[in-house]
Amino acid sequence: MWFPRLASDRALRACPVDGAFALVARQGNAERLYCVNEAAERAGLDRGMGLADARAFCPELISRPARPEQDARFLVALRRWALRWCPWVGLEGPDGLVLDITGAAHLWGGEAAMLADMRARMAAMGLSLRLGAGETRGAAWAYAHYGEGKQPLLALPVAALRLDAQTCTALERMGLRRIGDLAGAARAPLARRFGPGLLIRLDQALGRMPEPLAPAPEPVHYGVRLSLPEPIGLLGDVMAGTERLLGALCTKLRAQDSGARRLMLTLRRVDQGSQQVELRLAAPMRDAARILPLFERGLAEVDAGFGIDQIRLEATLVEPLATQQLGLGAAPQQGDRLSDLITRIGTRIGLENVLRFLPADSHIPERSFLIAPAAHSTPETGWHSTPPRPLRLFAPEPIAANGSAPPARFRWRRMILHTARATGPERIAPEWWLEDEGWRHGMRDYWRVETRQGRRLWLFHTPQNPGWFVQGEFA
Amino acid sequence: MSPDFPPALLLRAARVHEVYGPGATSFAAIMAARSGGDILWISAAWQSGALHPPGLRGFLDPARLLLARTQSQTDSLAVAEEALRDGGPAFVVLEITRPLDLREGRRLQLAAKAGGATGLCLIPEGMGSNAAESRWHAAPVLDQGGGDSTLMRWEVTKNKSGTIGAWHVRWDEQARHLHVVSPAGERPGPAGLPG
Repeated sequence: MWFPRLASDRALRACPVDGAFALVARQGNAERLYCVNEAAERAGLDRGMGLADARAFCPELISRPARPEQDARFLVALRRWALRWCPWVGLEGPDGLVLDITGAAHLWGGEAAMLADMRARMAAMGLSLRLGAGETRGAAWAYAHYGEGKQPLLALPVAALRLDAQTCTALERMGLRRIGDLAGAARAPLARRFGPGLLIRLDQALGRMPEPLAPAPEPVHYGVRLSLPEPIGLLGDVMAGTERLLGALCTKLRAQDSGARRLMLTLRRVDQGSQQVELRLAAPMRDAARILPLFERGLAEVDAGFGIDQIRLEATLVEPLATQQLGLGAAPQQGDRLSDLITRIGTRIGLENVLRFLPADSHIPERSFLIAPAAHSTPETGWHSTPPRPLRLFAPEPIAANGSAPPARFRWRRMILHTARATGPERIAPEWWLEDEGWRHGMRDYWRVETRQGRRLWLFHTPQNPGWFVQGEFA
Repeated sequence: MSPDFPPALLLRAARVHEVYGPGATSFAAIMAARSGGDILWISAAWQSGALHPPGLRGFLDPARLLLARTQSQTDSLAVAEEALRDGGPAFVVLEITRPLDLREGRRLQLAAKAGGATGLCLIPEGMGSNAAESRWHAAPVLDQGGGDSTLMRWEVTKNKSGTIGAWHVRWDEQARHLHVVSPAGERPGPAGLPG
């Protein structure tokens, strides 16, 4: 199955246009035509033509930017849909599908009827299609791309062997224009001249070498839904429905050895409105009995309106979760209990606001630790041993003092403090490779100052730019 | 758990206590270190003067600590109640910024009783709640004799299930151990003055 104008057909399906139409992609510095429709082709336009030239040929040309990634997604969707004809469907390049119809054609009343059905359905979808049925994958490709008539495979041009343009030109110069010419030629000189690739393609087309069809693995879909004959509105009923869905989803997750990290529960109401409850879990989980209570808070906020008649549960983020050996006591482990709590707290204040400290490799006090979301990190040890550090650290607060020794008396936060003992200095130089607004004053001499009033403060002096600051408090 | 930790200095488990004063943070850190389990520390996101984990290392392993940053005190209280009721973290520290009314304090108390976790509120001075099990004042004191500069004065100003009193304590960072300097129950002279 070859879709010669997949990109433009897709764009026209979304938004039909009369007359010449082209998709434009930027290549290098020039806007070039990426894909053109039939009307534009009749007007003499072709792929790769500059947009300005094309407008000169065909002033009424309508163009839109090309979106190759959407085309690729569309082709994947088509592949799934094509499973209706046979169970073996693979992608063939950026704009084709390959179907292994062996053993499936009779279900459609023979090969010809099957191809006619494909043609009719694709035409109804607005896709231009070229079909080729062959004994081998290579032959089918050749028929789809080059076999307009009913010629035998050997009469097709060599380009039908999926060769690059350079090889084709070289072969034509040698007088080997048809596949038949090539098949009749001596193999050894060909292999010497063009490498093994050419002969492999030839053998694949003629069936002398097998070419397997690799159907893409079907991605597992972690979604379940429940349609209700009568609308429901009570919290208990919705929870019961959710429980049933969770059971099904968790069975699916268990089969795949994975756990859900984020769940989305969509409740469709009778009046077609829908409400969504998102649950972000602190750890991958597939235990329905543990997940269900976590939904309670979100569900309590749902406005059921005239009733809910469909519930859909989808795991939008799934992570691998290996099966674990449970102890005989079967008591929930402390880690599980804590991650459940993190999830519950996270539904209230946001999972990114439950944090933990991780050590960082820096001697700058402000950067000597990291704060990471607890749900996405594990506790770490490996803190560097440093001279005593304050328990609380705040932004430097300037105090009026001068000299390089700690002041005997200073005002801080409207308190007059007398220095009784000072320990230091500990000199910390800024990390010059990192720009830091707070370290503009240059290096710092840190002092641990005990005041007669009791407060134990962390002061620093900036000798390069004289000034005194309070940055932390021990206690 | 230190053997000479006087019983009067133990916070009653499964209750919510309060502490204020300039030494409140180290009081909380020492009590959290004693609890031996995971610790949840709840504070408002806008508060300045954040905990400094390298400084916390003298008291406990920062890996035991979970932080919750909330947008409002209502959120803080909800998180604290949830955590206390769950009992997963053995110790919950809650920094509050406005006074708790009796209903809020009582809810925390009931949650702590249900979950078995101990709670400690860091309160600004004079914002105590009637529902608190005990209220402490903690302040650092200048150590005249030199020493390791960790002398503190802890005074219990309210106690529902015991007597009040004041102690001078010292924290040994190496052994993670609390030493009581003055005998329990004896009220020493005004803090910071010699003698």
